[in-house]
Amino acid sequence: MTRQQKRFAFVGLVIAIAGLAVALTLTALKQSVAYFYTPSELASLPKEPTTSITLGGIVENGSVSYDRNTDDDKTVTVSFNVIDPAGGRKQVHYVGVLPDLFREGQGVIARGKLVPGPTDSTLEASTILAKHDETYMPKELADALKEQGRWQEQGQYGGQDQTE
Amino acid sequence: MALLSELANPLVFERIARPVQPWLTGIAIIALVSGLYFGLFQSPPDYQQGESVRIMYVHVPAAWMAMFCYSAMAIASAIGFIWKHPLADIAAKETAPIGAAFTFLALFTGSVWGKPMWGAWWVWDARLTSVLVLFFMYIGYMALWRTIPDKLRAARLAAILAIVGFINVPIIKFSVEWWNSLHQPASILRADGPTIDGSMLVPLFLMIIAYTFIFFAMLVQSMRNELTSRRLARLEMAAPTPAGIIETQNP
Repeated sequence: MTRQQKRFAFVGLVIAIAGLAVALTLTALKQSVAYFYTPSELASLPKEPTTSITLGGIVENGSVSYDRNTDDDKTVTVSFNVIDPAGGRKQVHYVGVLPDLFREGQGVIARGKLVPGPTDSTLEASTILAKHDETYMPKELADALKEQGRWQEQGQYGGQDQTE
Repeated sequence: MALLSELANPLVFERIARPVQPWLTGIAIIALVSGLYFGLFQSPPDYQQGESVRIMYVHVPAAWMAMFCYSAMAIASAIGFIWKHPLADIAAKETAPIGAAFTFLALFTGSVWGKPMWGAWWVWDARLTSVLVLFFMYIGYMALWRTIPDKLRAARLAAILAIVGFINVPIIKFSVEWWNSLHQPASILRADGPTIDGSMLVPLFLMIIAYTFIFFAMLVQSMRNELTSRRLARLEMAAPTPAGIIETQNP
């Protein structure tokens, strides 16, 4: 082997070893690297986490409701269901200011603690983030698509298709 | 390979780079001005994000360039390392600060967009974290060059760092597909075509062209600067110089 070929092999080896090490690490860390659990992933856990968790999914259409809190009469508790394409569902309660992009049928992230309920536990969220999807278009086009009834079938537009 | 070894001669590089430089700068300026004009005035607000969508025109190309510069740096490092190509070492070294600037711009504009849209300046999801790591890789690479006074040794070690760190680039690209993340998935480079409306793709592509040419214009200029300062250092070493100049040379 010439010195050049040796250096070439060295670079190849370095890339292969570093790649393998990183791949193994990331596979081992799979769930910790993920930013949130979907409701289905949460349901599939052997035991519900008691520490603070991050839940992500779509705000179910028609599930958002606002209730004035009786104790201080000023704050409002917002309740909604987070769903995912795999059929999971989790109810979330939150007191505070919602981000601008919080909408029914849109992606949402809720961080907080699970509180056991009569049938299923609910997430008492301390933080709500809106998750934006990868679709960008002018309002006129979005309205036109809705008018023509093409909104639903356009898989890539909006989070709509995922709520089915 | 013939052209590559030809380019190793700094005089040949200078002869090619000097006339090319004004063209790179000219195209960069034209694309930047028209891209900003289309992005800020001639494109519609988004149906969800409203006017905030305009941040995308500075953010997305910056993020692309952050990864492009790192890839270029890793490739130049590999060429410099394997074939002992001094100009490739210089290209890698001079790419780092430009790439770091693009990475910072991507992080900053992303943060400014994230606050009104997501509701948070920063989250530790896989995409944001891996880009922050990329920023630190650039800083570490630049620091390594500065720590080692011997240029040949510095180039060799920095090249290994750049090549190992390249592993982060595919992680950044696919982080939004491999793991649940707050950051949205790819809108342009995807199997079923872009999910960005044509009216918004025009300013986006203009800005991508602008950033690319800004990068090459700055790279060529800083490579020429580096070559000149190295030649100057060699001349000062060789020539019998007055004591004063030797003193200023001392680091």
